Amino acid sequence: MSHIRKQSEYEKTFAFHFFRWLGGEKDAFMGNMEMHPQKEYAEAETTIEERLRDRRQALSEVYDRRHNKELKFFNVLYKCMSVVFCIALVFVLVYMVSYLPSVGAEDKPTNNIVSETYISDGLKDTGAVNIVTGMILSYRAFDTFGETNVLFIATCCVMIMLMVDEDKIRENKESNDRGFEPKNNLILKKVATLIVPLVFLFGIYIILNGHLSPGGGFSGGAMIGAGMILYVAAFGFDKTEKFFNEKVYKCIKVTALICYGCIVTYYFLTGANGLESIIPLGKAGKILSGGITLPINIFVGSEVACTMYAFYALFRRGGL
Amino acid sequence: MAAIEWIRFGIVIVLLVFGMSIFFLEIFGVYRFKFVLNRMQIAATGDTLGIGLCLIGLMVANGWDATTAKLALVIVFLWCASPVSSHMIARLEYTTDQTLLENCRMVSMEEAEKEAVRKGDGEDADI
Repeated sequence: MSHIRKQSEYEKTFAFHFFRWLGGEKDAFMGNMEMHPQKEYAEAETTIEERLRDRRQALSEVYDRRHNKELKFFNVLYKCMSVVFCIALVFVLVYMVSYLPSVGAEDKPTNNIVSETYISDGLKDTGAVNIVTGMILSYRAFDTFGETNVLFIATCCVMIMLMVDEDKIRENKESNDRGFEPKNNLILKKVATLIVPLVFLFGIYIILNGHLSPGGGFSGGAMIGAGMILYVAAFGFDKTEKFFNEKVYKCIKVTALICYGCIVTYYFLTGANGLESIIPLGKAGKILSGGITLPINIFVGSEVACTMYAFYALFRRGGL
Repeated sequence: MAAIEWIRFGIVIVLLVFGMSIFFLEIFGVYRFKFVLNRMQIAATGDTLGIGLCLIGLMVANGWDATTAKLALVIVFLWCASPVSSHMIARLEYTTDQTLLENCRMVSMEEAEKEAVRKGDGEDADI
């Protein structure tokens, strides 16, 4: 026993509004919000005169430093007091330093149970020889996930503001002032062919060795990004478009972020409940070890490299 | 053996002092000169010669080691990169600055060679 509701009755229900909104048939702001086109700003004659008169008066009477004795006195006093204040601040800070514990003292407040636990249990828990990377990418992986998101959102904002259509880039190619910069410079090209591969190699080495030696995703990714910027500066965008265009950029960025999120979520869920994690820690010191540290390093590195290059490309020509 | 150590120490001191004084000249020049190419030239001097002398001093101080090799690589990298960046700045200045001729003189390659020859002759005559 079911009956079909009347159309007018159905239109009052929540489901009707929801599906209309979902289908994009209805603009939620249309009709509910007062909307007026902005008026062009025009200043009235009288206010302009008033403003000019006030300004003249202020310049001649209030800020007249030659004749206004109060102002003169205040100026001198201000300078003297600023010097005195700075010196007092320096004294206070230096005095404070004398109360700080000396470098390497055993009873420092920073030598507490947290750092002790990291140092003693870090290798066992995370499998990373480099304790710092082990710390940021497994104990505090969620924090680093936030940082990676910040990079993602930053590039999104820059894209919203600076992105130009593909055809416009081609159109403006000749007219913009970038045409002045030295193109096809032989010296730069030769040096770039020497240096760029080394920079890439070193960046990849730093990312892959993040859990064994100083470094990690952020520094290695910045290096790769800098190498790509150098490559673009030497050879132009026509060469980079072949292997790094907007499609590749989107793929790398979104994949890295999603994989990172999945790995971290899995790690935290299993770790927090005391379950067995299926990611093996491996033998410490080997390249394939460190549990989640190595994949996360790779994802963070690709994210940072993309961000660096995207910033450069967007600021330079408004497109990737 | 002690004598060699002292000689090495002396060489290190001399190299580091020279390098640091070139750095000082660089900073002084960058603030003192007004024209772009002059500033670029003095900055490039500091970036190549100053850093080179300092790093060679540190290499001598360190002795034969893996760290020395790394420092040598740093020198190679810097000497590749820094002159090229200076070159790019000079090219950009040359292409964009419309008042370039007010600040400097432009000479073609042949004229410059002739001038150098003339100068050399003059010096010879003086001697």
